[in-house]
Amino acid sequence: MNDRAVVVVRAGALTTVQDLGRPGYAHLGVPRSGALDPAAARLANRLVGNEEGAAVLETTVNGCALRPRRTVTVAVGGAPCPVRADGRPLPWGTAVRVPAGALLEVGQAVRGLRSYVAVGGGFAVDPVLGSRSTDLLSGLGPAPLADGAVLPLGAATAVRGSVDAPPWPGPPDELVLRVRLGPRDDWFTAGALRTLTTRAYLVSSASNRIGLRLDGPSLERVRPGELPSEGMVLGAVQVPPDGRPVVFLADHPTTGGYPVVAVVRAADLGAAAQAAPGTPVRFVTAR
Amino acid sequence: MRVLRAGESALLVELADGAAAEAFHAELLRRRAAGALPGVREIVPAARTVLLDGVAEPGRLAAELPGWEPRAERPRAGGVVEVPVRYDGPDLPEVAARWGVTPAEAARIHSAAEFRVAFCGFAPGFGYLTGLGARYEVPRRATPRTAVPAGAVALAGPYTGVYPRSSPGGWQLIGTTDAVLWDTGREPAALLSPGTRVRFTAVDVRPGTGAGR
Repeated sequence: MNDRAVVVVRAGALTTVQDLGRPGYAHLGVPRSGALDPAAARLANRLVGNEEGAAVLETTVNGCALRPRRTVTVAVGGAPCPVRADGRPLPWGTAVRVPAGALLEVGQAVRGLRSYVAVGGGFAVDPVLGSRSTDLLSGLGPAPLADGAVLPLGAATAVRGSVDAPPWPGPPDELVLRVRLGPRDDWFTAGALRTLTTRAYLVSSASNRIGLRLDGPSLERVRPGELPSEGMVLGAVQVPPDGRPVVFLADHPTTGGYPVVAVVRAADLGAAAQAAPGTPVRFVTAR
Repeated sequence: MRVLRAGESALLVELADGAAAEAFHAELLRRRAAGALPGVREIVPAARTVLLDGVAEPGRLAAELPGWEPRAERPRAGGVVEVPVRYDGPDLPEVAARWGVTPAEAARIHSAAEFRVAFCGFAPGFGYLTGLGARYEVPRRATPRTAVPAGAVALAGPYTGVYPRSSPGGWQLIGTTDAVLWDTGREPAALLSPGTRVRFTAVDVRPGTGAGR
């Protein structure tokens, strides 16, 4: 039996394998996918001596529990949460050793939504189109974790401790998203553009890996109907017929017919991925 | 041509029509192959646009693009992908009625045309194929189906598409193919990619697989 593996004891609400995604295939209809908070995933990997693009676990709200079959180096980052091995508290946000057979518990997020679990050697599930990411829109990559699943690990490299005191940005109390208007801002009234950049929205509980859905004032259009399908970028603020903006996250569709009023800076999307339902959101224009 | 900014590092190039978008897309692929688009990760054609993502200096490229005249299109090497179809779709009679022909004639019209993949989207390996004349456009179904089977050959607007896997869908189903549209264990994974020429060839409807399914 291969002991370079971990057993999933508790999969949690939604835990997926993620790396930095599979960009480069949008012309075939393949979403980029990848960790929603890529800075957190990269940092967790560096803490355990992995390449930044190694596959990690992305949890949602209530963590997960794993039992490694051999002693491993683990770092849990992203959303802060309690971490325990066989009930003994371990520090969050730094590299720790978890002995073979111990129960590693990644607890409920204290703030934010998505914790990242990096293990030395990375999760070595079979890559699809160069990535191990689970794409929930199109079903590419491994299925979301299930209780009892066994995840293979890669060979751990010798590098360790390349980061001492990592700067983990805390999840936001208010999410400020810097946008550039367009490409379809001319589909909206001047009042709608003012509304977008001056009024407050709230993160909706209908948000997921595909998009950050928002509750708040609807954006009025100057023309009805749909566009002919056009390419969509990460961070696109798409406005469906109900007028409530949706910010496209990693599993977003590659094309769409609803107008994109603005695009959020990529650097702000990690915070968007950590914003719990009810978090206030403001859009500010930036050039 | 209109060049629109889409965030910090992407440009959405809007062309006059689908044919112009296909020609400009081909030109962009030629330029990228020649090293003219460093850093560009994605070139995504669509109905009337081409998206470039990963552009290092979008302002500068936006100013240059209108000068990039597509060269006269040469027929792409590599020939035509043949997709065998049983014209047994549940919407074939309705489509035929819209065209003012019998279902058998509708199948002949569809299998006589040469198609081109204008763009992909909706799902990995799902191509939007053009090639039928404007008089054969059909609307989407008023009520989408909750499950369209993999291999369903379908029409909507000016496009023909083949569902790579079972999914919800609102297109009019005219037939079924056993061709595998998408297989990540295969290189390339997609049978159809933008620019691929396609012919649908009619095969006999086998007993027990008729339109009544």
